[in-house]
Amino acid sequence: MSIAPPDLPVGKNRGAIDATTDAEASGYTEPKTMRVKKRLTSRTATIASLVIALLWTIPTFGLFISSFRPAELIRTTGWWTIFSNPGFTLENYQDVLLSTSSSSPQLGSYIVNSIAIALLATIIPLVFASMAAYAFAWMRFRGVGVLFVIIFALQIIPLQMALVPLLQIFSTVLRPMQAWLHDVIPIIPEQNYLPLWVAHTIFGLPLAIFLLHNFISEIPADVIEAARVDGATHSQIFFRIVLPLSVPAIASFAIFQFIWVWNDLLVALIFSGGTQDVAPLTQRLAELTGTRGQDWQLLTAAAFISIVIPLIVFFSLQRYFVRGLLAGSTKG
Amino acid sequence: MTTADLLGKILQVVMGLAVFAAIVGLLIFFIDKAPKKGRDYWQLVGFLAPALILVTVGLIYPAIRTSILAFQTSSGAWTFDNFIWAFTQPAAIRTLINTVIWVLLVPTFATAVGLAYAVFIDRSRGERFYKAVLFMPIAISFVGASVIWKFVYEYRSGDREQIGLLNAIVVAFGGEPVQWLQTDPINTILLIVVMIWVQTGFAMVVLSAAIKGIATEQLEAAQLDGTNGWQRFTNVIVPGIRGSLVVVLTTISIATLKVFDIVRTMTAGNFNTSIVANEMYTQAFRASEIGRGSALALILFVMVLPIVIYNVNVLRKQREIR
Repeated sequence: MSIAPPDLPVGKNRGAIDATTDAEASGYTEPKTMRVKKRLTSRTATIASLVIALLWTIPTFGLFISSFRPAELIRTTGWWTIFSNPGFTLENYQDVLLSTSSSSPQLGSYIVNSIAIALLATIIPLVFASMAAYAFAWMRFRGVGVLFVIIFALQIIPLQMALVPLLQIFSTVLRPMQAWLHDVIPIIPEQNYLPLWVAHTIFGLPLAIFLLHNFISEIPADVIEAARVDGATHSQIFFRIVLPLSVPAIASFAIFQFIWVWNDLLVALIFSGGTQDVAPLTQRLAELTGTRGQDWQLLTAAAFISIVIPLIVFFSLQRYFVRGLLAGSTKG
Repeated sequence: MTTADLLGKILQVVMGLAVFAAIVGLLIFFIDKAPKKGRDYWQLVGFLAPALILVTVGLIYPAIRTSILAFQTSSGAWTFDNFIWAFTQPAAIRTLINTVIWVLLVPTFATAVGLAYAVFIDRSRGERFYKAVLFMPIAISFVGASVIWKFVYEYRSGDREQIGLLNAIVVAFGGEPVQWLQTDPINTILLIVVMIWVQTGFAMVVLSAAIKGIATEQLEAAQLDGTNGWQRFTNVIVPGIRGSLVVVLTTISIATLKVFDIVRTMTAGNFNTSIVANEMYTQAFRASEIGRGSALALILFVMVLPIVIYNVNVLRKQREIR
């Protein structure tokens, strides 16, 4: 289930008459008491929003600060005492990323895994979904409408409904393929990304088809008709006209899916096998909170590494990000 | 990670991309070369086949199979035992109760705080910055959020200095430090706080957009009538965004019912904190109780279903109005 991207709340009605601005409050028609009262509410509103904003940032901020503090200091003092107990180190990051001792988190390989998984788990559903969306929007056939409604309805199935049987299917179909691949190319481990790519593709398709269909069906019919009259085939129309015109929708979905896969834990737990060969960052981090729950110097640094990429995407591509997230907010 | 490992991984990605490109290329080739007879039909099949096959094998069939497994014992005989277990065992009942508490508290508080914040910052200076601050947690994974909050809830015994913010505050006010995550029932509430922390940004952004959709004339008129801020809020703003409010509430409810990572990472469902989504995983994949896991998945689906239908209906009505 999902909601269509609402209008973005940027700058609309900016500068319109605002009931709580000072300019308005000093209007001469109003009695003095009223003016005072208004100023007051405006000030409490500002303070309240400041408090909420602070409450929402402090936990992340504490984690961030702590990840740069020496282990001994984290263990014995609160991060808010940083000024009375100063200390700065990059050792935590060095430890979690570069150390090769078997007891350390060794996040390097998990970062590679996360990137490898998210990359293909974004591209594959995107291509298949845009093809299907094109067909649903521009190829008229009996029964196609019903099929589309079915795909739309699939979004309401929680992941949990599909996991057990899908794992059984994978172990009979994909496992032999993976073993064979390992025999042919020994450098590729028997546990590889294939199940995760396929699983994420499947779970991403209904939402992707729905979103892209919304967009692709809005392309003016004249454009498509003109191409058809000129003798373009369906695949030509798809690649030369539909795809280039759908870039905004594709970008929104791509960012949403990438972050979703990057942040996913459930699918990884079930299909990755949990080894360094396949498991993504989130799975490693979840594991560390269980096994190294008291080693906050490791946990804080590891957590920050795992959230830094989504945060970069968020701050650099906020517009698409918001759109994609609003559209897919109930996926899972 | 050795160099060979890294090479193997890069090779996997390159091969994966190559195989995928080959599949798509072949498909397009056949679409273009489709037989003259029934050409349109074959082209349609070519465009739809990959998505339909994947969705049928990976979603439709598994969902049906799970529904069947929920009514079977491990040997395949028909039974209601899995549901009897889910509705009579104390631990399982507690899981259901917790789920209800989650789905009541998270949408309510996330929406309330999100709405208040959206109203407070509406057209204020630095609105975009304020929005980004509250929206940021959505970009963070549930696992990351769990680590962040676990650190806030950290407990130190005895006289040692507290390093968790919550216990430090309690101690500063003269209280005794508490093992928050091990103490029932406060632990469930504290897990819920994490989910509220994540979801409030979503509520805020949607509601803020809705508030901006209210005609300024309406607000002006109300103001000329001499209303104060609170009256304008309850009589103009809230009715004006009722549709969006319902959508936000239902959407967050659905997300809350399905959330698994927070409970899994913070307590693994111990200390009476389990919820259906987490218990399903524990039963099916940790305890190998496929039947019970499937039953819980089905219960989850049945809980989500009415909310989804309501959500879709409201959305459709909203779009008609527009």
